[in-house]
Amino acid sequence: MNIVVCIKQVPDTASVIKVKDGQIDYEGLTWVVNPYDEYALEEALRIKEKQGSGKVTLLSLGPERVKEALKTGLAMGADEAVHLKDPAFEGLDSFTTAKVLAAALKKTPFDLIWCGWKGVDADQGVVGISLAELLDLPHVSFVTKVEIAPDGKSATLEKEIEGGHEVVETNLPALFTAQKGLNEPRYPTLKGIMAVKSKIIQEWSAVDLGVSTAELEPLAEVVGASLPPARKVGRMLSGTPQEMAAELVRLLHEEANVI
Amino acid sequence: MPSPILVVAEEREGKLNKVSFELLGAARRLAEGSSGGVMAALLGSGLEALAPALGHYGASRVYLVDSPALAQYSPEAYAQALVGLVQKIKPEVIFLSATSRGRDLAPRLGAKLGVVVASDCTDFTLQDSGRLLITRPIFAGKALAQVRLKGTPQIATLRPNIFPPLSPETSRTAAIEKITVEGATARAVTKEVKKAAAGKKDVAEAEIIVSGGRGMKGPENYHLLEELAEALGGAVGASRAAVDAGWRPHSDQVGQTGKTVTPKLYVACGISGAIQHLAGMKTAKYIVAINKDPEAPIFKIADYGIVGDLFEIVPLITAEAKKLKSYQ
Ligand SMILES: Cc1cc2nc3c(=O)[nH]c(=O)nc-3n(C[C@H](O)[C@H](O)[C@H](O)COP(=O)(O)OP(=O)(O)OC[C@H]3O[C@@H](n4cnc5c(N)ncnc54)[C@H](O)[C@@H]3O)c2cc1C
Ligand SMILES: Nc1ncnc2c1ncn2[C@@H]1O[C@H](COP(=O)(O)O)[C@@H](O)[C@H]1O
Repeated sequence: MNIVVCIKQVPDTASVIKVKDGQIDYEGLTWVVNPYDEYALEEALRIKEKQGSGKVTLLSLGPERVKEALKTGLAMGADEAVHLKDPAFEGLDSFTTAKVLAAALKKTPFDLIWCGWKGVDADQGVVGISLAELLDLPHVSFVTKVEIAPDGKSATLEKEIEGGHEVVETNLPALFTAQKGLNEPRYPTLKGIMAVKSKIIQEWSAVDLGVSTAELEPLAEVVGASLPPARKVGRMLSGTPQEMAAELVRLLHEEANVI
Repeated sequence: MPSPILVVAEEREGKLNKVSFELLGAARRLAEGSSGGVMAALLGSGLEALAPALGHYGASRVYLVDSPALAQYSPEAYAQALVGLVQKIKPEVIFLSATSRGRDLAPRLGAKLGVVVASDCTDFTLQDSGRLLITRPIFAGKALAQVRLKGTPQIATLRPNIFPPLSPETSRTAAIEKITVEGATARAVTKEVKKAAAGKKDVAEAEIIVSGGRGMKGPENYHLLEELAEALGGAVGASRAAVDAGWRPHSDQVGQTGKTVTPKLYVACGISGAIQHLAGMKTAKYIVAINKDPEAPIFKIADYGIVGDLFEIVPLITAEAKKLKSYQ
């Protein structure tokens, strides 16, 4: 089974986000593989292991630094990686990103595509599902459990919804987006890290993909970014536990008006 | 705005959910003083009885897309049905809810129409150009982005609990138009819905959340939070430490890799306040922190802080809250 995992490189979740001149300041941030994409990759590796054969290919669009994310994925156990890199790909909106990924997938044989449900940078959650539509595939999002049929032709999944789960069945090929809870991603082993050296990261540009400038025309514009207003300095309650409990309930009722 | 605004209403278990009315409230705000109406799309099967309420909450017209093929939600079939409607009424703006369903459906619809979607929006203004200037939290709320969409329709999912609904007026009625859809096909099919324990509220939808972290010491102690949540009419949430320890399901997790919530009250018990946790709940209207460590970062963003042992304090708060409710 050929599985493609789309991975996005994002700032580490521990990052303090700063704004400079009305836009996000990316200077000095540490970049990591989007956490949801790690779940996606882990599941792809498990499926391949269970099926006993196949290939896991990573696909990532972004600038040169994205190679590090691809290497992390290769060290975890992915077989191949493709880096979609072109100055014209800078700052693409989510739908246009999906269009470029779709062009790359037309050149890559696959039975299954995994994405994360969202990137923890812009929190859009749009690329994966758009990609499914562009490739005319069924999709299942927020996946927390998956069972691939032994013949590799269909899958039964659980997806998270408010207050529960849905059980969904689909034929393959299909696109799934990973939710936390799906699995516990493995750490790269030393052997895995050593093996990266022998793996090739292919690079495809807009020309390689046959994507025209017109197709890369932005569909959204980030006009500006700002930090949320700082919260007012709060109040520490004092007294005995009993007094503090009574005071808290009084404040919530009379001052905050929320209970 | 001369062209209509389309709101995609959301039905669950035979009822319209609250965020449907919030979408209508937001759409009405946008439509104010303009000729374009607020239209609602209601998709499903056998939902006719729900349509009038959409009028009471501000829709001037309801398109009832009623078909056995839509009885079970499916992103493919629903997106296909909506594309048909969009071609017919040519809306300038489409609002969906930023629920699991809206966030599943909107990108599929956007891709069919060749536009990008703005997800989980918390504010917007209408500019002279007829374009929306949309505010959406990014980095789980560590920052806010302002975006302008270029294509038409402009599609956005709106975060629940942010946009006030109108108060319903039975005198406000909508024209109800039935629409048929052809060939709404779904390749991924929902077979079963597994509900969590009956009556369990989802943190993403709750107005009050009582959350517990590693300080809870073990799953057996969460009944303390459940009792407080019940006394306040809220839901129980958790930090990632509690989820990763297997004490609580992932669906309860609040934070950057969990849910981003905006309740009116968030009570953090035994949670230190790591940056990834704060990102998910910092926009709560009021925050209460209970922690035995006076230096815990959670106190920096709390409106009311209590330094102490949660095992002692929480039951006392529950008792006080019950007392208050018994007077009301
Ligand atoms: C990629 C990534 C994503 C993450 N995403 C999330 C996320 O979405 N959500 C999230 O929450 N975290 C997330 N984290 C984890 C985060 O960094 C913290 O590890 C986590 O939030 C800590 O949880 P905690 O506050 O419950 O535990 P701790 O930090 O261990 O804090 C426990 C607190 O309980 C207090 N305490 C102990 N006993 C008592 C008592 N008897 N009475 C009162 N107080 C007591 C202690 O003083 C302490 O402050 C993420 C981390 C990574 C790397
Ligand atoms: N630049 C990218 N390269 C590869 N995959 C991406 C990229 N951007 C987004 N994705 C995939 O789409 C998912 C959702 O991303 P987003 O829509 O940006 O929130 C991610 O979890 C990735 O799996």
